[in-house]
Amino acid sequence: MKIIVGVKRVLDYNVKARVKADKSGIELANVKMSMNPFDEIAVEEALRIKEAGNADEVIAVSIGPSQSQETIRTALAMGADRGILIETDEQLQPLAIAKLFKHLVEKEEPGLVVLGKQAIDDDSNQTGQMLSAMTGMSQATFASKVEFDGDHLKVTREVDAGLESIKVSLPSIITADLRLNEPRYAKLPNIMKAKKKPLEVIPVADTGVDVSSGLSVVEVNEPPKREAGIIVNSVAELVEKLRNEAKVI
Amino acid sequence: MTYTAPVKDIAFVLKHVIGLSEIAELEGFEEATPDLVEAILEESARFTGDVLAPLNRTGDLQGSQWKEGEVSTPEGWKDAYKQFVDNGWGSLAFPPAFGGQGLPMTVAAAVQEMWHSANMSFGLCPLLTQGAVDAIEHHASEELQQRYLPKMVEGTWSGTMNLTEPQAGSDLAAVRSTAVPQGDHYLVSGQKIYITYGDHDLTENIIHLVLARLPDAPPGVKGISLFIVPKFLVNDDGSLGERNDVKCVSLEHKLGIHASPTCVMSYGDDGGAKGYLVGKEHHGLVYMFTMMNQARHAVGVEGYGIAERAYQQALAYARDRKQGKTLLGKNEDDQAIINHPDVRRILMTMKSTIAAMRGLGLECASAFDRARRQTDKTVSERMQRRGELLTPLVKGWSTEVGVDLCSLGMQVHGGMGYIEETGAAQYFRDARITPIYEGTTAIQANDLIGRKFARDGGQGMSELISDMRATLGELANLDNADMQAIAERLDAAIEAAEKANSWLLEQSEATPAAATSVEFLMMHGYLAGGWMLARSAQAALELNQAPDADSAWLDARVTLARYYAERMLPLVESASTIITGSAATTVALDPDQL
Repeated sequence: MKIIVGVKRVLDYNVKARVKADKSGIELANVKMSMNPFDEIAVEEALRIKEAGNADEVIAVSIGPSQSQETIRTALAMGADRGILIETDEQLQPLAIAKLFKHLVEKEEPGLVVLGKQAIDDDSNQTGQMLSAMTGMSQATFASKVEFDGDHLKVTREVDAGLESIKVSLPSIITADLRLNEPRYAKLPNIMKAKKKPLEVIPVADTGVDVSSGLSVVEVNEPPKREAGIIVNSVAELVEKLRNEAKVI
Repeated sequence: MTYTAPVKDIAFVLKHVIGLSEIAELEGFEEATPDLVEAILEESARFTGDVLAPLNRTGDLQGSQWKEGEVSTPEGWKDAYKQFVDNGWGSLAFPPAFGGQGLPMTVAAAVQEMWHSANMSFGLCPLLTQGAVDAIEHHASEELQQRYLPKMVEGTWSGTMNLTEPQAGSDLAAVRSTAVPQGDHYLVSGQKIYITYGDHDLTENIIHLVLARLPDAPPGVKGISLFIVPKFLVNDDGSLGERNDVKCVSLEHKLGIHASPTCVMSYGDDGGAKGYLVGKEHHGLVYMFTMMNQARHAVGVEGYGIAERAYQQALAYARDRKQGKTLLGKNEDDQAIINHPDVRRILMTMKSTIAAMRGLGLECASAFDRARRQTDKTVSERMQRRGELLTPLVKGWSTEVGVDLCSLGMQVHGGMGYIEETGAAQYFRDARITPIYEGTTAIQANDLIGRKFARDGGQGMSELISDMRATLGELANLDNADMQAIAERLDAAIEAAEKANSWLLEQSEATPAAATSVEFLMMHGYLAGGWMLARSAQAALELNQAPDADSAWLDARVTLARYYAERMLPLVESASTIITGSAATTVALDPDQL
C-alpha cells in the first residue's frame, strides 16, 4: 500500500507574520519558511504506519513554488521514499489543492492520504474534507490516534465534546491533529540520503487540473490591537458592563 | 533561557565568505553542497535547541555524581545522548570506512558550535571522542582500528585523553605513568588527573588514550608512548569482556561545566590495566601533537559557541528590561535598556566579535579541509601552513575573548546577571575553562611564535598578511563609504602588526618574545578576525545588489564589520605598541621584589 502525505511550505511558526506594505498579503520574502507543523505530524504518522509494516511506500507531496522542494527534502530526510512537487507560483485555494491531490490519487492509487488538519498560514482546514468528497475515499479528520484493524482503520478524533472513536474503510484520508504523535528529528545519514531520493516536479499546467478560483484577496490587515482591560469594583458592575457595554449576556 | 542556533549567520559565512562550494568540489567532499549543508544546519539547530539546550541549566545544578567508582550524569542526559547517537551527529566528520559521514571539518565545526552554545558540558563528551578517534585513525594499527573505531564513530563508545598527571601539566615530559610489556599487551599503571568524561553512564564502554612510559624509556618527551586502555576489555568478536583495572577515584569540584565529569583516574591498582600500544614505542607525544591542532580548534569553537549563547540571553534581556529613560527610544513604549547607547555598545561588541571569531574558526577548518583534499601540492602545503598558523589564534584568542564576552553578557543584566537563577553567570563560569584546558593561552602563544611564526621564518604569516592586503586592495576599489572606513582601519592594523612581527623576528633572546607572546597572539587574533569581517562586509555588499536581496540583514553585516573595524581593530595597534615597548619592564623585577 502507498501513502501520500501532504507537506506545505509555510512561514516558520517562530516568525512573526507581517502584512506587506501594499496589504496584498503576508511578507514572505527573506523570511524563514518551514514545513507546516501539522504536516510534520502527518509525515511522522505515515512513516510509523510504514515501519509497522502496514504500508510499502510513503510519497511526500507539495504544491507550491520551486522552493517547496526543500520542504519535500525535509520529509525525505525524515524517511519518506520519494517526493512529488506540483509547481505553481500562484497562491492556490483549498479547492484547487484538493483537485490536484485528486489528480495524484488517481495516478498513484494510494491506500491512504495523510494530511495536516490545517496549515498554520491560512488555517483553512478544508483540503482533506474536500478531497474525501471528490474521491469518495472515507475521511477521518482531527486524528489523535490511528490503529489498523484489518482493512479498516480505527481512528480517535479530537472533537469539541471530547474524543470520538470511528472506524473507516480503506482507502481513506486522515487529517492529523496536534496530539497524534511527536515528529522525529531527521538523522544525519538520512539527511544525506534524502538528496538522492527521487523528486518529481510537475508544472501545474501539465496536470490539466482547473485551478482557477472564484475567490480573490481584497486586502490583508493586521488584527486590531488588544486594548487594556479595566478592573471592576463589584460583581454587579461586572454584570452591568457585560450586559450593557459588551452586550454578551 | 532557550537557544536558537544562528543558522542564517553560519550559512552566510560558509557560503559567501569561506567558499563552501569550492570545498564541495574537492575529492571526497562532493556531498557537502550548500543545500545539503543548510539542511544539516537546520536539523542540527532543531536538535540542539530542543534537546540539548534545555538540559544546560539542570546539568549545571545537578552536576555529574560519583559513587563508589562509578559516575552518573545529570537527569535526562542519557536519553539526550542516546538521541544524539541515534541521529548520527557524532559521526559527522569521521571516515566513511568506519561508519562516519565523511563531511568536511568546516561543516563539523559549524555544527559543533551549536552543541557548545546549547550545552557545553554535553558537547565535551563527543569532543573528546573525536580526539581519541583521530589519534586511533591516524596512528594505531589496522587491527586496533577495526576493534575500536566503528563503535566510537557511532558514539556507542566514547573516548578520553589521559595526558595530565599531578606533576605533569603543561610539561608532559614529567609524565610518570608506566606501561610494562606483557605478551600481546601492556600493563598500565599510574594516576591521571583532569580527565574529562573519564567515567560516565552515557556509553557502554569508554576508550581511554593514555600517555605512559615503558621501563626502558629514555627520559623526557622522547620516552612517552601512547596506549589504548578500554574501560571494558573488548573480545575478539567485538563483545564486551571483563572490567579493566582502571577506575575513576574522584571528581573534581569546579567553577563551571559541572555536568561534565572531570575525573581523577587510577590505572593498575590491582596489578595493571591492560593497554594496547598505539603506533610505535616512545612516539606518544608526536602522535598527540598531530591531533592537537584539531582538539585546540574544537576548544576555540567552544569559546565563541558559549559567547553566542551569552549574547542571545543578553539580547533578550536588553529588549525586555526597562530602566530609566533611554536616549535611543523612539517613544514612551520603546524604553527597554537596549536603547541605552552603552548597552548597544555591549551588544554590538558581542555580536560583531562573535561573527569575527566564527569566521576565523571556519576559515581555519576550511584550510585544513583544503590541505587534506587539494591535489595541487603547493596549494595543499600552503593551506596546511594556514590552518596550523590560525589554530592557536582560534584556540587562544576565541577563548580569551569568549570569557570577556560572557562577562559582558552578565553586565547587560546588571545585578540580575550575578544571580545564578538568571543563567547568565553559568556561561561565564563554563567559559572560564576554555583558555585553560587543551593548552593555556600562554601555551598557544608559544606555539604561535615558536612553531607557527618563527620556525618557517615568518613564511606562513607573510602569506596570511599578503591575503589580507589583497582583501584590502579589493575594498579600496569599492566606491562605498563603509568599505573605505573598514579598509582604512584594516590597513592601519596590518601595518601595526607587521611592525610587531619584524620586531619579534629581530629578537635574538627568547625572553622578550615570551614576555609579550600573549599580546602577540591576541593582536593577531583581533587582526585576523577583522579580516574575516571585512570579507563578510564585502560579500554582503555584493549580495545586496540582487533585486530581492535581504537588504536590512545584509546592511547589518556591513555595519557590524565597520563597528569592529572602528572599535576592535585599534586594539591591534595598541598591542603592537605594547609588544615593541614593554618586554624589558615585564621581567625587570626579581621574584622577591614581587
